[in-house]
Amino acid sequence: MAPKKREQNLPTFEESLKRLEDIVGRLERGDVPLEESLRLYEEGLQLSKACSERLSQAELILKRLSKNADGAFEELDEEEKE
Amino acid sequence: MNADTPRHYTVTELTRRIKQVLEAGFTSVVVVGEISNLKQHSSGHVYFTLKDENSQLSAVLWRSRVQHVAVMPRDGMKVIVSGRITVYEVRGTYQIDVASISPLGAGELQMAFERLKEKLAAEGLFQRDRKKPLPEYPERIGIVTSRTGAVLHDMVHVFRRRFPALTLVLVPVRVQGAGAAEEIARAVRDLNACGTVDVIIVARGGGSLEDLWAFNEEVVARSIFSSRIPVVSAVGHEVDFTIADFVADLRAPTPSAAAEIVVKDRAAVLEILRDFAYTMHESLVSRVAQHREHIGYLLKSHAFNRPVDLLHSHSQHIDELTRSMGAFAAHRFALAASQMKGAGQRLAALDPGMTLKRGYTMVRKDGRIISTASHLRAQDDVTISFHDGDVSSKIL
Repeated sequence: MAPKKREQNLPTFEESLKRLEDIVGRLERGDVPLEESLRLYEEGLQLSKACSERLSQAELILKRLSKNADGAFEELDEEEKE
Repeated sequence: MNADTPRHYTVTELTRRIKQVLEAGFTSVVVVGEISNLKQHSSGHVYFTLKDENSQLSAVLWRSRVQHVAVMPRDGMKVIVSGRITVYEVRGTYQIDVASISPLGAGELQMAFERLKEKLAAEGLFQRDRKKPLPEYPERIGIVTSRTGAVLHDMVHVFRRRFPALTLVLVPVRVQGAGAAEEIARAVRDLNACGTVDVIIVARGGGSLEDLWAFNEEVVARSIFSSRIPVVSAVGHEVDFTIADFVADLRAPTPSAAAEIVVKDRAAVLEILRDFAYTMHESLVSRVAQHREHIGYLLKSHAFNRPVDLLHSHSQHIDELTRSMGAFAAHRFALAASQMKGAGQRLAALDPGMTLKRGYTMVRKDGRIISTASHLRAQDDVTISFHDGDVSSKIL
């Protein structure tokens, strides 16, 4: 099976961070209605929490690209050599 | 075939048989040797002999390939030649049909380097505007380097320390020797075909010019140039420059430095996230305070019964009117001022005081100006005004 580009529908870290930046900017400018501000605040808080967790918990993964007999790509686990 | 009566070949048949066996057995060979007896035919094809201490091999470089070889062959030059063995039936000789020539000695390498650099520069492979920006937060990084050796280990170490939220996808390649350049080029193409990484690092530890040579080969340069995914080159030490460095979207001085450049420091990013959370909180708190104030104001105002947005749109309209009035009024004022000045001069001309000064007098009865003699009777009390004062008089 060819490796998937990303887990489906999950935004990348960069996308999440860009969205968060956008929310912070809009809240700072205060040019959105109060209702919307509250909604944005909630979304922003969740994003910042999710991003922090993603950074703090993740462990580095080492893979090796390999082509199988059908010429399809596979990512195999790679042992790190000392 | 009958074993007792050996088959009689014709010369042509045997030669053809030898040709089949030889050509099938040596479709792709790499051979090291020194060039001698070099002749460039008027047709443009180049013929030479490759030799070492004990043997020699005829070689032909077809005109169509002359411009593609890394270095122009010269007598006495030590080279690595790749190609296939062909048999020239007319003479019953075999030769190597040259596909590529790589220089071996330091002087030749330097010449080849300059030649390729000039050629690729002319084609625009090094142009700044062709360089792709690196992703700010890559999550999957392709690494093209040797599976053995310290380079991979050093890079993994830096990544783990700086930003461990990563998946590294290694494409193991040989980084020196015959065929290394082709492996590196194929690795870059495979990572593009696979499409699962955000950035590619092509890396090798330090070494001599010969050791780093694979990164000066045209196939590597072209694979990097054609990559959709941004490529960082990290070859040798800080002082070593390779063709790959010129083509890459970014050159890192060393493999460890490449790792430092490609990812941000996790602690710094966490700090940014904390800042964001704080700013959002502060903005919202001040926003709510503003609203509370605004609501208080609305409750007190006469317009309370009106819908709030109507009020907003009115106040905005008024703001606009005030702005446009500002400009309009200034213009009108200037106009009015100049009109007033003219009027003032005309009024001055009508001032009765001026007339009195010229020797006329003005007669009033009961405060009204008398302009006709028939309005006066004997014994009427009148006031005669001169320019310097009034005199009360009685009509005789």
